Amino acid sequence: MALLLGLFFWLVAIVTVGIFVARVWWLPDLASMEGALIDRQLTMTLIIAGVVFFLAQIGLGYFIWRYRARGTERATYWHESPKLEAAWTIATAVIFIGLGVRGNVVWANYFMSGTPPDAVTIEITAQQFAWNVRYPGPDGKFGRTNPALIDDALANYLGLDPKDTAGRDDIVTQNIMVVPIMRPVRLMLRSKDVTHSFFVPQFRLKQDAVPGMAIQVHFTATKAGEYEIACAELCGMQHYKMRGRLMAMPQPEYEDWLKKRAAL
Amino acid sequence: MAEQALVHEPAKGFIRKYVFSTDHKVIGIQYYVLALFSVLLGMVLSIFMRLRLAWPMEKWPLLQQVFPTGFVGGPMTPEFYLSMMTMHGTIMVFFVLTTAPLSGFGNYFLPIQIGARDMAFPVLNMLSFWVTLVSLLVMVAALFVTGGAPIAGWTSYAPLSALGEVAGPGLGLGQTLWIISIAIFCVASLLTALNFLTTTLNLRARGMSLLRMPLTVWAWFTTAMLALLAFPVLLAGGILLMLDRVGGTSFFIPGGLVVSDRLISAHTGGSPLLWQHLFWFFGHPEVYIAILPGMGITSHVLSTFSRKPIFAYKAMVLAIFAIGFISYLVWGHHMFMSGMSPYSSMAFSITTLAVGVPSAIKTFNWLATLRGGRIRLTASMLFALGFVSLFVSGGVTGMLLAQPVIDIPLHDTYFVVAHFHIIMGVAAVFGIFAGTYYWFPKMFGRMLNERLGKIHFWFTIAGVYAIFMPMHFLGIAGAPRRYAQLTEFEFLTPLQALQVFISVAAFITIAAQLIFLFNFIWSLRRGKRAGANPWASTSLEWTVPSPPPHDNFGAVEPVVFHGPYEYSVPNAPEDYVMQSEPVREING
Amino acid sequence: MTKKTVVAAQAAVVVLLAMTLGCGKTDETAKVTEEKTAAEGKEYQPTGDEGTITGKVAFQGQAPKFPAISMDADAFCASKHSGKVFPDAVVVNDNGTLKNVFVYVKSGLEGKSFAVSDQPAVLDQKGCIYEPHVLGMQAGQNLRVVTSDNTTHNIHPMPKVNREWNVSQPPGADPIVRTFTRPEASIPVKCNQHPWMKAYIHVMGHPFYSVSGQDGAFLLKGLPPGKYEIEAVHEQFGAETRQVTVPPKGSTTSDFAYRVGQAYRPSSLPMMPALVLHCCAEE
Repeated sequence: MALLLGLFFWLVAIVTVGIFVARVWWLPDLASMEGALIDRQLTMTLIIAGVVFFLAQIGLGYFIWRYRARGTERATYWHESPKLEAAWTIATAVIFIGLGVRGNVVWANYFMSGTPPDAVTIEITAQQFAWNVRYPGPDGKFGRTNPALIDDALANYLGLDPKDTAGRDDIVTQNIMVVPIMRPVRLMLRSKDVTHSFFVPQFRLKQDAVPGMAIQVHFTATKAGEYEIACAELCGMQHYKMRGRLMAMPQPEYEDWLKKRAAL
Repeated sequence: MAEQALVHEPAKGFIRKYVFSTDHKVIGIQYYVLALFSVLLGMVLSIFMRLRLAWPMEKWPLLQQVFPTGFVGGPMTPEFYLSMMTMHGTIMVFFVLTTAPLSGFGNYFLPIQIGARDMAFPVLNMLSFWVTLVSLLVMVAALFVTGGAPIAGWTSYAPLSALGEVAGPGLGLGQTLWIISIAIFCVASLLTALNFLTTTLNLRARGMSLLRMPLTVWAWFTTAMLALLAFPVLLAGGILLMLDRVGGTSFFIPGGLVVSDRLISAHTGGSPLLWQHLFWFFGHPEVYIAILPGMGITSHVLSTFSRKPIFAYKAMVLAIFAIGFISYLVWGHHMFMSGMSPYSSMAFSITTLAVGVPSAIKTFNWLATLRGGRIRLTASMLFALGFVSLFVSGGVTGMLLAQPVIDIPLHDTYFVVAHFHIIMGVAAVFGIFAGTYYWFPKMFGRMLNERLGKIHFWFTIAGVYAIFMPMHFLGIAGAPRRYAQLTEFEFLTPLQALQVFISVAAFITIAAQLIFLFNFIWSLRRGKRAGANPWASTSLEWTVPSPPPHDNFGAVEPVVFHGPYEYSVPNAPEDYVMQSEPVREING
Repeated sequence: MTKKTVVAAQAAVVVLLAMTLGCGKTDETAKVTEEKTAAEGKEYQPTGDEGTITGKVAFQGQAPKFPAISMDADAFCASKHSGKVFPDAVVVNDNGTLKNVFVYVKSGLEGKSFAVSDQPAVLDQKGCIYEPHVLGMQAGQNLRVVTSDNTTHNIHPMPKVNREWNVSQPPGADPIVRTFTRPEASIPVKCNQHPWMKAYIHVMGHPFYSVSGQDGAFLLKGLPPGKYEIEAVHEQFGAETRQVTVPPKGSTTSDFAYRVGQAYRPSSLPMMPALVLHCCAEE
């Protein structure tokens, strides 16, 4: 039994680490600039965690087999070992805090660097269960909105106020989003009703859209293609279907698309 | 220590003895049975979840007969899935993981292990249980009401949970009952915590200095402190949420919301993040409320069955305390993506990684306890070893999730589901099982069948790894949690095979729990009779008959001479020295 | 004792789950039957003298323009429409009449009760649009929601005096059958999955109601002779009332007219005020 249990923990360790190393399942292919550092930090932490996991399970399995009850000899009367304890306390503290500091550096780079000035601004307003996307149009300004004017049945999802001239050229789409590649995009995330979360796995981008708040995030797409926007915060019965399509394309095509959309 | 409290007379009559009993042992068993009922219910709910996740479009004609609304048209509706999910989480966290290890085992064994004849406030203790039962009944009632059980998840984030039926089915009466039940539960837990703290501080037997208390007692004591400070915050949050729903206040509901095309004009100025702060200020200590008693039990069982003193007893006590303390400073790590200030994320990240240090110390000490031991693989020991393995598996992923930058891809994915199920759910359940196999003889005077126990262990350990390890892969690949199905997204559709695998593993594992249930019921009547100390253990509960008499120690006043883990003491006649064994006899 | 409790616990799990959620439905059906029996007691019996009210709903001015609905996100919905789809909140017919106006007898029937139709009122979901857009039915009558779509919908009526409900309907699902127990005009029905989808259900205490069709005409038939107040309700323009007298075995005509830019006039019946038509109020 001791051998069996020891081997079982070894098996768990080997199979798990094996699947991670072989990357049978892995992060979706990266398609944003900011994601590279995130992936590096994730991979590094995963390696450290994997080594700890592997050694601990192997050690546990070995001890169970090695110190199984046999013969008549008593167990060792071993209470403590201050040196050993100090050693592993310091070692874990250094590893953990070190990881935390490194992770925070990456975090700070991402979140506190500010959006580059040439960024495209797009407003996302989440609702049960759709993503409303708004571009400011040629004037670069978003028109005023008023919740009292919202009427989904008239396709006025955002409550655009017709009296505000800045809003006349706004382009509003639902569940379709187009971004240029190789150019920073600043998102303003809002919500009409409950908390949602804007999640594009390939961009390593996730941020809650909280009602009553306008939260900014930015990213730079690197690969043209079609991606899916998922909701990552429970928002109600159709949470699993709150899907938007995101097309990343070169700048000229992006501009064409905007023009075509404005003509509609 | 202090004078023994005046002991109440043994109760007379069935009702006073077994129903409205003030005896801590009866109350402990009552809590245990309540948790057993809850865990069965919670498992059944998870069967529904796994059905939907693996075969989302499958029609279930038989289930449709039973639940016409939940299976309208054949397949399970997503709202039925979400209500099952909400109730599964809530029932498991509150009525199983909080109730069994703390209120169940703690009630039964904390007084005996410190040499007390009962809890400090026996009537309060009885009230705690009955209030908990009321709370459970209200929660279960939420399953019955029209509109169904709430769908907002066990975290019940506002404003989804605050807006009522307009935001989704089950968010009307079902959600109201949920909040009421949780509020009642908070009160009960508060009473329990007070009782545990007072008992530990005031009712220890002569010689039972703080540093001679078994680690189980330290764990319950620390857990009670956590409960004392955490539950009031949830209670406050629950009351505010209720006021938002029925009193027209706006604590969590901001102005200008348009829900389902309807303008919510009655509210303005609330903050959805406030609810998250209140909830997680409770919610993170709650994780440790669930797991600390399991750590205590594991330490106790590992030492007993390796026949070795627990390694670094003082470090273990310090680690429990450190975990308890730091657990109050980490709640923000649930909110990295919530729109909270990125500066506070950095602080919460460091405190969260810091809580890993005492956790790692405990793991090292457990391994060091095994080293040089004479390990006897009883069913109890198997589960304790399983606990260590799971604690490691669930713990290391914490290193990833503690970093906000890694949470960008992993937050609210199955990676998180895997992490907290392994470390908070399954590890804690392994602690409960280890405790059950270890203490059953003391509680009921009969042994559990060891062979069945071992079969139960093998199915369970293999099962939980088969269920929860693949969830890491789902999470890495980007599968968000709380999705009623993955196949609506192209990038998630290839993961469906994993979902089917997990469901099959879950069904087998759940079926294997029937072995335990059978063993439990069968052994109550037919199990081998247990002596006073079948495991050759050292703590005080093993000095008294199984089951212990009404006042635990009869005419004998327990006196303590030793620490709790004196195994394999050189030159001692046996390979263990009971805590109550007078010093003279060993030397002589 | 413990053993018994454990056994009881298991039994409870089974019983409890057997009753979960399903109860709601049973409960509702029971209520409906009750109401029906109560109404049958003093039900109006036709005498052969009944008459009819007919009329048209005219619309004056330019039909308002709305932005087209974008269905790109749901490939199924988009595939069901070749051209652009516009909101059906205001539909002006070719002959200058207004479609989807609900006309009903508002007063004059006091003290009478009428048989509830045993035919269900049907609401279909077709190409991610509700069909019909305005639906009249009687309190206690069955509402039968069917889906012709290969995508999941949810049906979410938001009444004020009846009970709110919200149920998913996956493709190929059986019809959802429900009832509203109390009269209530203008219950908005919404699909949260496809936010543009909206319908209105008017629940009446009698069978004298009609919805203007593609010719803008309405027809109220089988009315006992007498004086009535009839009302027309449009989701964007509000309510208008007319006084009419129905002669024995006769027919009477009463027309309504809405025009662009008129202020929204709420009905006095309990109803959810529809939002004012912003685009047109501008003109």
